[in-house]
Amino acid sequence: MGILEVKNVNKRFGGLQALGDVNLSVEEGSVHAIIGPNGAGKSTLLNCLIGKLIPDTGSVMFDGQSVLGRKPYEINQMGISRVFQTPEIFGDLTVLENMMIPIFAKRDGAFRMHAIESTERESGIIEQAEQMLESLNLADQRHNHSASMSRGNKRRLEIGMCLAQNPRLLLLDEPTAGMARADTNNTIDLLKQISDDRDITIAIIEHDMHVVFSLANRITVLAQGTPLVEDTPDKIKGHPKVREAYLGESA
Amino acid sequence: MLGLNKKDLKLLLIVAVLAILAPFILNPFPEDSAMAQFNAGYPDLMQRFVIFGIFAIGFNILFGLTGYLSFGHAAFLGVGSYAAIWMMKLLTMNVIPAIMLSVLFAGLFSLIVGWISLRRSGIYFAILTLAFAQMSYSLAYSVLTPITGGETGLQPKVTDPRILDGTLPQGETARANIFGLEMNSSYDLIVGGWLFTFNVGYYIAAIAMLASFYVAIRIFRSPFGTMLRAVKSNQTRMYYTGLNAKPYTLAAFVISGMYAGLAGGLLVAMDTQAGAERMFWTASGEVVLMTILGGAGTLIGPVLGAGLIKYMENILSKINKDILHQWFAFLPDGLEDFIITIVYPFIGKGWHLTLGLIFMGVVIFLPGGLVEGGQRIARLFRGKKAKESDSDKSTQSTPAE
Repeated sequence: MGILEVKNVNKRFGGLQALGDVNLSVEEGSVHAIIGPNGAGKSTLLNCLIGKLIPDTGSVMFDGQSVLGRKPYEINQMGISRVFQTPEIFGDLTVLENMMIPIFAKRDGAFRMHAIESTERESGIIEQAEQMLESLNLADQRHNHSASMSRGNKRRLEIGMCLAQNPRLLLLDEPTAGMARADTNNTIDLLKQISDDRDITIAIIEHDMHVVFSLANRITVLAQGTPLVEDTPDKIKGHPKVREAYLGESA
Repeated sequence: MLGLNKKDLKLLLIVAVLAILAPFILNPFPEDSAMAQFNAGYPDLMQRFVIFGIFAIGFNILFGLTGYLSFGHAAFLGVGSYAAIWMMKLLTMNVIPAIMLSVLFAGLFSLIVGWISLRRSGIYFAILTLAFAQMSYSLAYSVLTPITGGETGLQPKVTDPRILDGTLPQGETARANIFGLEMNSSYDLIVGGWLFTFNVGYYIAAIAMLASFYVAIRIFRSPFGTMLRAVKSNQTRMYYTGLNAKPYTLAAFVISGMYAGLAGGLLVAMDTQAGAERMFWTASGEVVLMTILGGAGTLIGPVLGAGLIKYMENILSKINKDILHQWFAFLPDGLEDFIITIVYPFIGKGWHLTLGLIFMGVVIFLPGGLVEGGQRIARLFRGKKAKESDSDKSTQSTPAE
């Protein structure tokens, strides 16, 4: 049993079968990449995992519990954190505040009326946030508005905000899309370090083969809404079906 | 002290000192001087400054922090006023229970309105709140006449039961008081040509304003305040960070509704009457103007905005043609008439025009409101000082360490 079990998931949008009988099992502690050509259903699948979409049939179990029908914040509180294709951070807030919010959410739950306490006196949370920023090399920007950071740093911050909650599963949606090569490599290094240092499972949806093959130890290839193959990176590289569906003639 | 850091404590103290000394500060001109009409230090207007200050401080907790623009906050002010009047009719003319009931009722009403309106955001939220406020206004004017007094509004009457106060002596009218001290009692201090009025009602309202301001600072500096700013900044990230944005916005909505109720109750405590026009949409719009003019999302901005608008409404609007003639009497006749023709549309009944121009100016050039204006001026001065000290240094031959 994997930490994330997707069984017989179907999703239709009108006449389009976006997902057809998807079965997927993400092993605990693995870095599992889901790849596939455009329109293969990667994003639809991801949205089914985090509560944004509800599949027509099938089940999605996280750690033995169904995630279907739950709100995004409930799914997060179960231990799944999501990184978006375009970094979603609190642009109007400082970098430090950005980092404190997920720690508050972890400690206090989805809502707490802590209106009389002083943020400045939450030394435990400030310390944790500072440490996290330190480890991301963002400490010198802690009092800047996060909107003013570079794309690469926004991505680092977003990943850090997810990690600050100690999630069991980290979901990444094309984390290096639109990034310069240097930023991409930084992000790869960061994710490698995370999966080495922490007791965490990473599921990643990615376009960039360089990213996939340098990170993943398990790959599922999705084509036209159905998983084609699931295997180790080495096997996937040489798999004829994958070449045909994904890499095309030129590969 | 008081759970505030030094900077916030300083701000609170400055506001407190200004509020206490307002009768002096707002009356800078001698009574019989030509400038006396610019004196704002009379009880009625001073009360309005602080009461609408409270209204705007509360509105800012919703609009300034969460970004949800309510266009119906006057409804909560109105509900607070009616609740206070009823408390005065049924229980006692003491303002304390009246104000407490105002806050409670406005809170409950805003809970209902907020719960429904917060299903939408942006323009739809604004329209929903506007619809609620206009419905309340219409109901108060027509169907609910037995409760609201309809067109005539409500006033305490001699015949009201007033369980705690007992029957009034013959010929007495019911007057709002706080444990026997009447709200409209004043002490006049005459120094030379100056007249300073110290009014009980004003100081009660000022204490309420300082308490409201203090609570607002605490909310701004709390983790709850950070969450409210997070709502404004990025709700998607909030939901995917395990936070439910809805109860946070609803809490902010109810808190600001309670502030409006407090303001409504205080209005009744100062002047014991309530009417439906208090809920009209222009009243809701006014608090939006106050907040934006002063600086949405800043602590002191809404109070400044409320002060400016109430000052213009009460002082600028009283300047008439005769006064203009007095001012420009030194000019040759033709020129005098010409200048008066130009200035006249901007004063008296035309004060809205001036307000509109100021508002446009602020929104275009100072998006952070009057507070941003103040900061820019402060920076200018500091910049000059820094430059001066730089040039001082350059003239010295000792190396900078």
